[in-house]
Amino acid sequence: MNTILTITNLTKKFGYLTAVKDLSFTINKGNVYGILGPNGSGKSTTLGIVLNVVNKTSGDFKWFDGNTTTHDALKKVGAIIERPNFYPYMTAEQNLKLVCKIKGVDFSKINEKLEIVGLLERKDSKFRTYSLGMKQRLAIASALLNDPEILILDEPTNGLDPQGIHQIREIIKKIASNGTTILLASHLLDEVEKICSHVVVLRKGVKLYSGRVDEMISSHGFFELKCNDNEALMKVLENNPAFSAVKEKDHLVTAFLNEPLKSETLNKYLFDNGIVLTHLVQRKESLEEQFLQLTDKN
Amino acid sequence: MLRLLNLELQKLLLNRTSKVLIFVSFILPFFVILLSSFKINFFGIFTLELGELGIFNFPLIWHLTTFFAAQFKFFFAIVVVSMVGNEYSNKTLKQNLIDGLSKKEFILSKFYAIVFFAFISTLLIALITLCIGLYYSSYTEIGIIIRETEFLLAYFVKLVGFFSLCLFFGMLVKRSAFALAFLFILFILEWIAFGLMTWQMNSDIATKIQNFFPLQSMYHLIEQPIQRIAMTKFPDKTEIAYDYAVHWYEIIIVLGWTALFIFLSYLLLKKRDL
Repeated sequence: MNTILTITNLTKKFGYLTAVKDLSFTINKGNVYGILGPNGSGKSTTLGIVLNVVNKTSGDFKWFDGNTTTHDALKKVGAIIERPNFYPYMTAEQNLKLVCKIKGVDFSKINEKLEIVGLLERKDSKFRTYSLGMKQRLAIASALLNDPEILILDEPTNGLDPQGIHQIREIIKKIASNGTTILLASHLLDEVEKICSHVVVLRKGVKLYSGRVDEMISSHGFFELKCNDNEALMKVLENNPAFSAVKEKDHLVTAFLNEPLKSETLNKYLFDNGIVLTHLVQRKESLEEQFLQLTDKN
Repeated sequence: MLRLLNLELQKLLLNRTSKVLIFVSFILPFFVILLSSFKINFFGIFTLELGELGIFNFPLIWHLTTFFAAQFKFFFAIVVVSMVGNEYSNKTLKQNLIDGLSKKEFILSKFYAIVFFAFISTLLIALITLCIGLYYSSYTEIGIIIRETEFLLAYFVKLVGFFSLCLFFGMLVKRSAFALAFLFILFILEWIAFGLMTWQMNSDIATKIQNFFPLQSMYHLIEQPIQRIAMTKFPDKTEIAYDYAVHWYEIIIVLGWTALFIFLSYLLLKKRDL
């Protein structure tokens, strides 16, 4: 498998504060990664270090096979950090030309990428006349100019209105479907859940988890059940060793599994025990629930 | 190198404010010099024609024009300081680095722009001076014309040195206005240091040390020409004689400062978390 970024024991201290502590993870080609963490957990600092704008205190990182210097590697990377940063007095096209010159990309890419983010008709407007959503889309166009091996997005929907958020998400999904590796830092979990296949969870600069989204906590999911006699239902469930806990809230019984169990098996089992369900849903914890469990536990 | 220069020129020339200031600092002085070479009629009372005073004679004219044109460098200093300040306030410095520019390349692109404009300015002043000189000078032998052209070199080094200092201050304080204030503070500090040294030691040693100060060393590259003009008018008054020549060691000092300022700018950027 092709490695794009390897981080080993990376540490960053700002005075007494340790923003990133002994962090290690690997980014492989073709996956969509999310970096999760509450505000101030070290997401942006980590990205800043690998993007050459923040100096590391110790540890190491290497791009690709480790034989290219960081700034040359960054020419093959597209990145947006926090806010779109462009020269306000230049038009969109002029700004992108500047980026082309830095990355060594042909100018012909400009129109193609502006088309993707839907800014082609506004390419001759000065950057300062753009709305925040347009600025963010221009930033994405800019990051795509070099057809990057990896696209790094740090809070790409921050401060946008619902339409703007939707537009950005659609663009990201489109890019992901083309097989581009994406690294998305966000504290908006549903955003990550919708797009990412892998996650790295940080809290206070420490890595809590890295791996596939669906393996984040060793859980087999849970059932949401209703019937006309909830007490009898709960009694039957509590006697079944497949369930670790059974709770009732607002006439909805939630039963957590500690081993895999199919819904038809459960339905048959309950029917055999004289209980007829009126409601049966099998679910996995949402990323938000998993994330909260993970951050609370540690 | 051309790529870096090209980058910086795009940043500068698309910005209306810096375009105006570049014009003012490089084109305006030539108009002033050009105008002063014309006959000026004061309300019909008397006519002042500077050309008649002999100040446009080779080789004196090299000294005169480079000295006066150098006074306009302050306008471009604003451009230099703001081209750094803007990168910080627009956060485009961060974006440039993320896009794949190295920190070294970033500083170099600024430095190349400085050298480029200093060179253009030197070239322009050489041309203008040559034209005015050929028109007015009483001596037009090639040997006399090329005498004292080292003032052009001094002018170039002076500009590069001064703008490097501005670049460093810009990197140091990140804000254009503060950086200009720092320039002024440095100017005052140099004079305070000079005053203290004169008081503690004697004025000879103090002057010698003062010649190593950054601003003073740049100023000393081209001494004021007024006294020299007076000397040509009154050759027998020996007490006004002074050393106005461009010395190699003065150039070395300024080049030393230039290298130091550029290196320090790079060091600052390298150590800084953006």
